[in-house]
Amino acid sequence: MSRISDAFAKGKVFIPFVTGGDPDVETTYNIIMAMVENGADIIEIGIPFSDPIAEGPVIQEADIRALASGTTTDSLFNLVVRLRKETDVPLIFMTYMNPIYVYGTDNFMKKCAEVGIDGVIVPDVPFEEKEELSKQCEDNGLDLISMIAPTSEARIESISKEAKGFIYCVSSLGVTGVRSEIKTDIGEMVKHVKNVTDTPVAVGFGISTPEQARKMASLSDGAIVGSAIVKLIAKYGKDAVPYVADYVKSMKEAVLQA
Amino acid sequence: MKEGRYGQYGGQYVPETLMNAVHELNEAYEHYKNDPEFNKELDDLLKNYAGRPSLLYYAEKMTKDLGGAKIYLKREDLNHTGSHKINNVLGQVLLAKKMGKTRVIAETGAGQHGVATATAAALMDMECEIFMGKEDTERQALNVFRMELLGAKVHPVTTGTMTLKDAVNEAMREWTSRVSDTLYVLGSVMGPHPFPMIVRDFQSVISKESRAQIQEVEGRLPDMIVACVGGGSNAMGSFYEYINDKDVELVGCEAAGLGVDNPKNAATIANGSMGIFHGMKSLFCQDKYGQIAPVYSISAGLDYPGIGPEHAWLNESGRATYVPITDEEAVNAFEYLSRTEGIIPAIESAHAIAHVMKVAPTMDKDKIIIATVSGRGDKDVAAIARYRGVEIYE
Repeated sequence: MSRISDAFAKGKVFIPFVTGGDPDVETTYNIIMAMVENGADIIEIGIPFSDPIAEGPVIQEADIRALASGTTTDSLFNLVVRLRKETDVPLIFMTYMNPIYVYGTDNFMKKCAEVGIDGVIVPDVPFEEKEELSKQCEDNGLDLISMIAPTSEARIESISKEAKGFIYCVSSLGVTGVRSEIKTDIGEMVKHVKNVTDTPVAVGFGISTPEQARKMASLSDGAIVGSAIVKLIAKYGKDAVPYVADYVKSMKEAVLQA
Repeated sequence: MKEGRYGQYGGQYVPETLMNAVHELNEAYEHYKNDPEFNKELDDLLKNYAGRPSLLYYAEKMTKDLGGAKIYLKREDLNHTGSHKINNVLGQVLLAKKMGKTRVIAETGAGQHGVATATAAALMDMECEIFMGKEDTERQALNVFRMELLGAKVHPVTTGTMTLKDAVNEAMREWTSRVSDTLYVLGSVMGPHPFPMIVRDFQSVISKESRAQIQEVEGRLPDMIVACVGGGSNAMGSFYEYINDKDVELVGCEAAGLGVDNPKNAATIANGSMGIFHGMKSLFCQDKYGQIAPVYSISAGLDYPGIGPEHAWLNESGRATYVPITDEEAVNAFEYLSRTEGIIPAIESAHAIAHVMKVAPTMDKDKIIIATVSGRGDKDVAAIARYRGVEIYE
């Protein structure tokens, strides 16, 4: 069992996201520790990319802030080394294919395994192209997290069959960002997945309120929240830690009620 | 070769949300490209609307002045809307229509592709939205108004470097939010498969024509084809029908901005390295962590940090060569062609002319060069004046 499967085995999970290095790596360290202390089950760390095509404005701006503060892939590997001295919570890197490819895909995954990363999410590598990194993930014991979207339809089956860790169910069309309403029939998508695999499903994109998190977690195995957290960091900067802590606490409580 | 791959380049690196859309486009294209009715309609549009075939003009004064190879110009600047972009757009918008789409979106750099898309959308009754970097909306203000006149909505893109790369990012983001009724009409031989193939095929009308035209006037094939390269659509179209003619040299001219050794350039083949971005594995200007570099060129249409995957492959295999041309060289060529032949080329196309000015004098008089004038230069006149220190604004 991987640390990711263990997290799902315990019950409904809450997965917060933070852009690494926004506004600086030290603050990211403090934010992640606060997330751990307030019940985060798995934590997604974004490696900033200059051109994040799957992100809405909130995370795009976080990427710009992080890069402007001098954050690099290596500084985030160092962050994980520090985190691993304090916590066993599953940690996932979310980034785009280019930073991985240019680092050297094999090198990148080896380094991930070495510092204690559990999985990677790469939104611009669909099922058809996953050979680009699937073997390197496997060789290094990392879960390559697959995504399904409201447009996936018949693709859900082939994607789910080969999915590792958990399946990231994209709740809505478009890019990441807070949405007042999620219109997709998530229950139907999750059912489709469950017909072919036991791999857990967590829902992300557009979730910001405890009520949305509770609802999404009730339809699936967990909820993923990014932009709502990044917004707090945009607002409070280095002082964001207590705000993120309170927010994560409230979201985790909501997910537990699902 | 695997479908959608050019050697190791190409592929389909886009979010899951878009995968069914690119497959749907591929299937539709594979069907319609062999459909006689579709081809008849497209041929009719190219002939009676765009004004094809475009002329293959013998630039006699330029030839004499440079004193070497015989120079022919493939006059894409004479097409309706003033550039080669219309070739691809008529094909893609017609395809969108056949697919039952009611809305098209597109990115644009200099505004040429945006204007062409807005034109085809007006003609074929499609809703149209164009994404254009804010910096480019300022450099090419006239084209913004032109698109609006044609009924398109223009979104100035304020993220990143606010140029072509960011316009592509925004158009892709928009496509993920609305796929069912919308086709993203990509303007160059880039992006995820099938775009590089579709755009190449629609643009290859350039070399199909020039190949027949040169044989008619000269009784033989040319020795060299020269075209400018940003993403690479006019170059791909100019090269394609000659790829198997091994004696025809293919030369792409990249934008070197202030020089290949200066950080302010957009010469991807000269300075780029392998990467995966905008849906494709290709060459990109980037740093050692894979962050895409802010590039620069006086030409908004060549101001792009990547290159189409088939060009990356032609470069790797040695079939085509790519040379960097600086702003200064391009501006000199812009002025030279205007003065010598009475043809004001787009500043993009002036990069190709600049290379011809370098190589023609070194070649024998019995050699033949065809250079593609990909667009007309009206849009650039104010910018060139400013480059020369004359403060005029549109």
